[in-house]
Amino acid sequence: MSAVMITRKVRKWEKLPGKNTFCCDGRVMMARQKGVFYLTLFLIIGTCSLFFAFECPYLAVNLSPAIPVFAALLFLFVMAMLLRTSFSDPGVLPRALPEEATFIEMEIEAANGNVPAGQRPPPRIRNVQINNQIVKLKYCYTCKIFRPPRASHCSICDNCVDRFDHHCPWVGNCVGKRNYRYFYLFTLSLSLLTIYIFTFDIVHVVMRSVDSGFLNTLKETPGTVLEVLVCFFTLWSVVGLTGFHTYLISLNQTTNEDIKGSWSGKNRVQNPYSHKNIIKNCCEVLCGPAYPSVLDRRGLMQEDSPASETSPPSSSSMNSVPQTTHAMLCLQKTTAPLIPNEHTPDDVKPSIADSAEKTPSPKEEESPAPKLPPLASPETDAETSIIKDKAH
Amino acid sequence: PLKNTNICFHNLQELRHSASLATKVFIQRDYSEGTVCRFQTKFPSELDSRIERTLFEETVKTLNSYYAEAEMIGGQSYLEGCLACATAYIIFLCMETRYEKVLKKISGYIQEQNEKIYAPRGLLLTDPIERGMRVVSFFHGRLFTAQNLGCKCDEKSSRCF
Repeated sequence: MSAVMITRKVRKWEKLPGKNTFCCDGRVMMARQKGVFYLTLFLIIGTCSLFFAFECPYLAVNLSPAIPVFAALLFLFVMAMLLRTSFSDPGVLPRALPEEATFIEMEIEAANGNVPAGQRPPPRIRNVQINNQIVKLKYCYTCKIFRPPRASHCSICDNCVDRFDHHCPWVGNCVGKRNYRYFYLFTLSLSLLTIYIFTFDIVHVVMRSVDSGFLNTLKETPGTVLEVLVCFFTLWSVVGLTGFHTYLISLNQTTNEDIKGSWSGKNRVQNPYSHKNIIKNCCEVLCGPAYPSVLDRRGLMQEDSPASETSPPSSSSMNSVPQTTHAMLCLQKTTAPLIPNEHTPDDVKPSIADSAEKTPSPKEEESPAPKLPPLASPETDAETSIIKDKAH
Repeated sequence: PLKNTNICFHNLQELRHSASLATKVFIQRDYSEGTVCRFQTKFPSELDSRIERTLFEETVKTLNSYYAEAEMIGGQSYLEGCLACATAYIIFLCMETRYEKVLKKISGYIQEQNEKIYAPRGLLLTDPIERGMRVVSFFHGRLFTAQNLGCKCDEKSSRCF
């Protein structure tokens, strides 16, 4: 009788490399430094609270009740966009698993040929042709992959991000393919909110000053001064940022490409991703499909207890296999590359094919149906999860 | 001396766990049309003896057409985008996006292809989403029967002992 080891169900986010922090059991994904994000939250919520406390009662009565209502809607939209940008996966590319990394290394070595000893090997670059332009794909030594076009490695989060725009400390996350539109809508709606609050602050002060005088107004509603200050400084930065990103979107460029000057200059390649039409570019960036995350943060790691042979069948995941599934695929586990067993008769192979066809492949008990199929397990875990037949 | 442990598997799901024991072939992305998800249809030489070229190309082309359908920017994606924006994207918390629906279709297709075409030839096709949509990988290993290795599999309880 061997003891049954109970292993805790570990979700994949706990084992993800990179410097991200995860909350809510993998649902929320952010960068490590969140201080500036909290400041952003504080400024937005603080200023809006002051607006609702000081301005809105007066304006609702004297001008229109629609003013606070619209402000509330706009505030909720800004918060929703901010939280979506901050908490979602920006489009992180998972690192290559060992065999994929080895496969790529072999390809690189084959392409390089023989490098004389002492000489540095050529840089790892792959050229691809996109829309009749040659684009260079760089190799990422951390993630061990050739980065797809427009992807870049964020050193703060230590991840390769697809369509990397920039790392924004104000939202506490990278901005990439998956959350760029939320980021843009955040800056746009925040600009509108700032302008709105600023305008109505001025209107309120003017209206009240007509009644009670300027200094008295300031004494009655001290919050107004703070709001105006915050809004004034925010306006310049946020509106400027929105304008800049509108320009980038119309050209279908990322901040990263703009900073590096990838598509500017006479001798450089022209942007191969631009449709040369502002409307088409905007539509692609803002109205494109909502890309799913390829990280599978909440999937369960494949960790079976190694010595569960004598445990009752109900506890083992194999219990979910119905009687008809009998693809008898027995693989001989060796520490050397696979060597065919000389005892395999060729005439038995068709019968394996027949039984393989009947396999309906039910889902395992330990991985509940997530939206995406589970990631292939890392090699070290695969070996420990195999149930060993000790009789042989 | 080499360690020899015999392991029995009873469905394709478990074969995935042992994929480290098999040789792998990776089909890379084809970026000629931009950043849309497409895989190269060039037939890898390692699979030369194992599968017919036409079957392989058919699989990759079908996968490419599924991804093109998911990433298509047209009427439906605009509608989905505008509707979601109007609800501050809260609707994405309840609703499944079109891309996710197509991904489910893709994984069903890959499962079906594995059962019908690849498993009988001793190959296993993995879903690209498991590798960050960077590659489509094929595993291949030798198949042995239970009997010739002296493995006694009990049909009723589906376990080896």
